[in-house]
Parts: sequence; structure tokens; C-alpha cells
Amino acid sequence: MYSEKVMDHFEHPRNVGEIENASGVGTVGNAKCGDIMRIYLDIDENEMIRDVKFKTFGCGAAVATSSMATELVKGKSIREAMQVTNKAVMEALDGLPPVKVHCSLLAEEAIHAALWDYAEKHGIKIEGLEKPKSDIHEGEEEEEEEY
Amino acid sequence: MEKLIYLDNAATTKTAPEVLEAMLPYFTENYGNPSSVYGFASKNKNAVNRQREIIADALGAKPEEIYFTAGGSEADNWALKAAAEAYEEKGRHIITTKIEHHAILHTGEYLEKRGFQVTYLNVDEDGMVSLKELKEAIRPDTILISVMFANNEIGTLEPIKEIGEIAHERGILFHTDAVQAFGQVPINVDECCIDMLSASGHKLNGPKGIGFLYIRKGVKIRSFIHGGAQERKRRAGTENVPGIIGLGAAAARAVRTMKERTAKEEELRDYLINRVLEEIPYCRLNGHRTKRLPNNANFSFQFIEGESLLIKLDRKGICGSSGSACTSGSLDPSHVLLAIGLPHETAHGSLRLTLGEDTEREDIDYVVDSLKEIVAGLRAMSPLYEDFIKKNQKGV
Ligand SMILES: Cc1ncc(COP(=O)(O)O)c(C=O)c1O
Repeated sequence: MYSEKVMDHFEHPRNVGEIENASGVGTVGNAKCGDIMRIYLDIDENEMIRDVKFKTFGCGAAVATSSMATELVKGKSIREAMQVTNKAVMEALDGLPPVKVHCSLLAEEAIHAALWDYAEKHGIKIEGLEKPKSDIHEGEEEEEEEY
Repeated sequence: MEKLIYLDNAATTKTAPEVLEAMLPYFTENYGNPSSVYGFASKNKNAVNRQREIIADALGAKPEEIYFTAGGSEADNWALKAAAEAYEEKGRHIITTKIEHHAILHTGEYLEKRGFQVTYLNVDEDGMVSLKELKEAIRPDTILISVMFANNEIGTLEPIKEIGEIAHERGILFHTDAVQAFGQVPINVDECCIDMLSASGHKLNGPKGIGFLYIRKGVKIRSFIHGGAQERKRRAGTENVPGIIGLGAAAARAVRTMKERTAKEEELRDYLINRVLEEIPYCRLNGHRTKRLPNNANFSFQFIEGESLLIKLDRKGICGSSGSACTSGSLDPSHVLLAIGLPHETAHGSLRLTLGEDTEREDIDYVVDSLKEIVAGLRAMSPLYEDFIKKNQKGV
């Protein structure tokens, strides 16, 4: 079902954990739908992401996308981190099954939520960053009618 | 060889060697069509009818009340749709439960779209139907009650005899989906006032794609598959002879081994349940503690999600299943776990382990030891667990 890359990131997730006094923390998703991601960012004075950690409650794809997303933003500038889209996360994982695409959206949202938190705390504005949605499942397509 | 501990026997079972052996000649030398006149083929008709007798015996039924189908789903569809059609003059109301298999639930929804009314009974926190609620749901136009014998996810055994009596007293047809129960617990259709019963071969060490519907003599439901005159004109199609032979052999074997097999399974099931509940914190057993299938254990582990748990178990060679949304392809976790009142997040963290006749005590030990490690690992990266721990620390 999953690519080797997804399995690798699920079994050996990178950057699991917490950061004390993080520059920004973002939590997205909800337990009702079965996935929650929390991303911690440590951002230095030059607006570079010095460190990043995550915690995730969710399926294999949710863990793998969080792990990959942290890898993709680590050591990057805030602006570069803004370019890390769900597509980029998916590509880096050699794809996801269609029913799991929402996990990659969640990962993108989690990064944005953490950046939003950072921006709010520091009274700055990050170009292109919008207030994160509280529920990423909003507006998702309904299942097809049967018969 | 890599380790494989198969604890998903509610999903399907391994066909027993003696069952396969009984089937094999019917693929090769005994290939005749049972409807043909010549002796070479009509022997197969006799062979098919012998299986009917075996199955009828197992249920306290008559052979001519057993109709072979292509599995449990077909039997469920047939029972509901055909009964609805046959009795619609009398009424258009059907009663079933919220915890049925989708073969019943989706058929119920289908009938609702065609002008029938369906009441889906609630169950209590153990998954048990309330007889009081059932009685209150009955209306003058109720034509059918369908309640499963045993639930496939949480293993709860329903009060079938009592339900049958209620239906019988009021002259309402009673169907039960016994796909999980047949071969696991003794069933007598007369004692339980059952008018129709569905079962499936692959849950009792028989082949897949074969099952049967028991229809009590006098119940006037029509055919579901139209065509030839097979199965007393009620289920057309050249018989799946090897499948029927396999189903009969599996049923005979299940009856013969039931007592010993289920006693062993029950003991190991309780050992598994006790070890998990004692050794893993923040976890609960789903389903009734004692009135449950001998081989079923179903747990919810708080703060973690079922699919990741299954993948981790798979890596250790352990096969189980979960009611998590992620394993169903939808966003909602199992309807059964929601019906017993679990919050969504607890339902997402469920694990069903269903033992088989080959399961040994050391397998259970290995599974529990693996589970402890995996659950702890997943919790260590769960934001829900983090919040819970922090909240507790603040509380102190
Ligand atoms: C309770 C119940 N009913 C019906 C079915 C469907 O049976 P089959 O797979 O033979 O169509 C199953 C099997 O998953 C089941 O557990």
C-alpha cells in the first residue's frame, strides 16, 4: 500500500519530539478524524529554522508526512519553508495512496500553523501565510453515492 | 521462515487440509453438472445433497431448508430484499441493529430508498441489543427482524433466543446473520425461533465464496438469482460443487471439533485479555466480557491510532485488524465502536485480535510483549498523550 520511503519514515521517523520554549508551535487536525499533527519550530534571529520536532497521532501516512515535512524545512529560511507544499512532501515520499493525500495537506498545514504562531509571537507578518484552518477536513469531497 | 502469527480469523480462516482434500476431486475427475441426467454427473447431485444434510443437522433444520449461496453477503442480501418484497403487502417496516455487518446495513439503506422503513436498534456499552427497545420498536406493519448472532468486530453474542421468541409471538419473520457464529457456538433454529439464517464457508476453515441461507419451510420468500431450477428454484446457477463440498466438510469438522477447539480458544482469549488489560495502561476491552465469541478480543488503546498499530504489528509478523477510519478509507471509525458509545478518538485506536485453532500460548505471549512495546512507542510520539501527561502533571 505504501512506498518504501513512506514505510522508512513511518518506521524511523525523523525529528520526533518536543522543543522547550519553541519559537512557534502549531497543532492541526482533530482526533475525531483520526489525525493530529503538532510541529515545534526553533527559529534563530536570522529567521532560519534551526531545529524542528513533531508529534503525530495518526496513520502510517500521517507519521511519514510529518517526518518528511520536518526534514524539508530543517535548516531552511522561513521563506523557503513557506515553499514546502503538500505536493513537495508527497513527491519526496514517492507518492501516497489517494485516500491518504489529506495527510500531506495536514503536514503543510502544521508547518504553516507553527509559522503563524511564530509570527504572532514576534508581531511580524510572513508573506503568503494565512491563518491556519482549524479543521483540514473542511470542504473535503463527499463520498460518491452508491447505486 | 519469517514468523507469522495470524490473529485475524474473523476476517477469514485457512482452509483446513481435510476440507481441501474433500474438495479436490470435484475440480478434476468429478466435474459433472449436478443437473445432468447421466450417472457420472448425478453423483454430484447426491454429493451436494449430502452437504445439505450435514449443515441441516448442525442447525437442527431440514436439508431442504438449506440454500447454497455465494457467501454470507449474498445470503444477507437475499434474506432482507426477498422478505421485504414478499411481505410488503403486510407492511413495510423492518427492524435491525446499528452494529450489523455492512451486508445488512447497506441492504437496509437500499430498502429505505425503495419505500421501506428501517429501525436500527441501539446497543448498550457491551454491544448488546435491548429487548425492551426491540419490543417498543415493533409496529403492526413490522415484517422482519434481523439481528446478528454474534458481532464480527467486538464478538458480542446477542440474546438470539429471546429475540426469536419475541418475533415468533408477534408473527414477525426473524433473520439472523450467523456468519461469525456458525461453527463457533451451538445453534438450533427451532429453539431460537429463527426463520432465516446466513452463514459463510470461509469463517470456519472452509473455502471463500460459498455460504448458505437457511429458510424455514413455509417462509415464502422468492428467488434472488433467477435462472435455472437449482436449489428448489430459489437460487439459480450451476452449483459451485467444490465449494459446497468444502462448506459441508468444514461444517462437519467445525461441529466435531467445536467443544475442544472453543474451550482452548476461550482460555487463550481470556489469557490475552487479562494480560493486555493488566499490563498496558489506558486501554479497554470492547464487547461483552463473557458473552462473546470464544476467539474474539477487541481493545482500544487511548492516544494512538489503529492503522499505525497494525503496520507495526505487521512488521513483527502479527496480523490483526482495526476499526480505525484509516483502515476503512473513510473518515469515520467503525460504526460498531461508535454504537457502543466510544468517542471517535478511542474508536480510532482499536485493535481486534481473533484467535484460530492453531493459536498457542506462546503466540499470545509474543503478541502481548510486542504490543506493550509498540503502544509505548506510538504514545511517545502522540500529541494527545503529551497533552494528557502535561495536564496530569499540572494537576498534581
Ligand atoms: C457478520 C458478517 N456478515 C457477513 C459477512 C460477509 O460474508 P462473506 O464474506 O462470505 O460475503 C461477514 C464477513 O466479513 C461477517 O462477518
